[in-house]
Amino acid sequence: MYAQMVKTDANKVRDLSEMTEEERAFQARIDRGEKIEPTDWMPEGYRKTLIRQIGQHAHSEIVGQLPEGNWITRAPTLERKAILLAKVQDEAGHGLYLYCAAETLGVSRDELIELLHAGKMKYSSIFNYPTLTWADIGAVGWLVDGAAIMNQVPLQRTSFGPYSRAMIRICKEESFHQRQGYDIMMKMANGTAEQRRMAQDALDRLWYPSLMMFGPSDKDSVHSAQSMAWKIKINTNDELRQKFVDQTVSQAEYLGLTIPDENLSWNDEKGGYDFSEPDWSEFFEVLSGNGPCNRERMEARVKAWEEGSWVRDALMAHANKKEAAKTAAE
Amino acid sequence: MKKEWPLWEVFIRGQHGLNHRHVGSLHAPDAEMAIKNARDVYTRRKEGISIWVIPSAQITASDPGAKDALFEPSVDKIYRHPSFYDIPDEVGKM
Repeated sequence: MYAQMVKTDANKVRDLSEMTEEERAFQARIDRGEKIEPTDWMPEGYRKTLIRQIGQHAHSEIVGQLPEGNWITRAPTLERKAILLAKVQDEAGHGLYLYCAAETLGVSRDELIELLHAGKMKYSSIFNYPTLTWADIGAVGWLVDGAAIMNQVPLQRTSFGPYSRAMIRICKEESFHQRQGYDIMMKMANGTAEQRRMAQDALDRLWYPSLMMFGPSDKDSVHSAQSMAWKIKINTNDELRQKFVDQTVSQAEYLGLTIPDENLSWNDEKGGYDFSEPDWSEFFEVLSGNGPCNRERMEARVKAWEEGSWVRDALMAHANKKEAAKTAAE
Repeated sequence: MKKEWPLWEVFIRGQHGLNHRHVGSLHAPDAEMAIKNARDVYTRRKEGISIWVIPSAQITASDPGAKDALFEPSVDKIYRHPSFYDIPDEVGKM
């Protein structure tokens, strides 16, 4: 979701009899619900998969600042502007917690950022869609952060200690994000005819990209099965997507907005809604770099990184100079 | 020279009377900036009243492989706990 289609290097999930003694002991710890800490022994696949997953998650938080940052200078009131600033600052914080968690696995911050900029690491597909009107900021908080919460709440129980702790911090803050989004939607949906139209338009454009955030069905994916055995993925993509739809339908009804899916209907038998799948060919296009804003997002990130370079160097040079002066005085 | 800012571990005192607790880490060029960054990254919602930072490289950790040797000896010393001793009810609260 914030991490989509993370590969594990596994061809199949091996059972206990096919594992080395170390791997068996490791799997047993996970099965007992113990947390794995960075200095503990872990299979190379577990380490690599987590670096991919946490790294992708961190990149999503950072790139996710861009579509919302787009509206900070144009927020309709000073209060909305202060709220949006606080939200975007939280996203930066979330990215930092996650980068630190990834770094405990032996990858450096600079390496992660360079991999992102080289297109070798991904971020969530959702942030390649534009935020065209103020209502989009409402819809992003409501739907995108809502979908993120769906995924992140179970990840608080993930087996890797630093990831779990980062998730706990993030989840504490995430509820504000969704509620401020819904608050914007309520205002728009109860506003003028033009505002209602904007709210409906935002829902129309962001509904399917939000469903895509969970990734394609992975019920037959060996990567997902392996990640679930390692407890770095807790639910299947379909389970989370279903939960998200079930939760969101009544919220849309309250707003008096229509979810753009004529197949949406309650299914008594499964106790959930039936709904249309998003267009997965669009998802793969976006993932491979051809979404509406992929190029713009990457350009903004690379520009910020390159233009901030002299500041990072200058602060480090200053710190080294001060340290040298201190040592000389002693 | 390595260009990346060094890593710092951050400890926050949540409220008066409590210990500083490890909350996470961050990169900063020096201690002063580490405190400032820690304020922004870890205390946006009144999570603390005091911050400690220490270069991660300065921390010495126990060897996870030595866990048994370090901690096993305390497992069987149940007499260190007050519940080991039966005190008659007549004696009152103790």
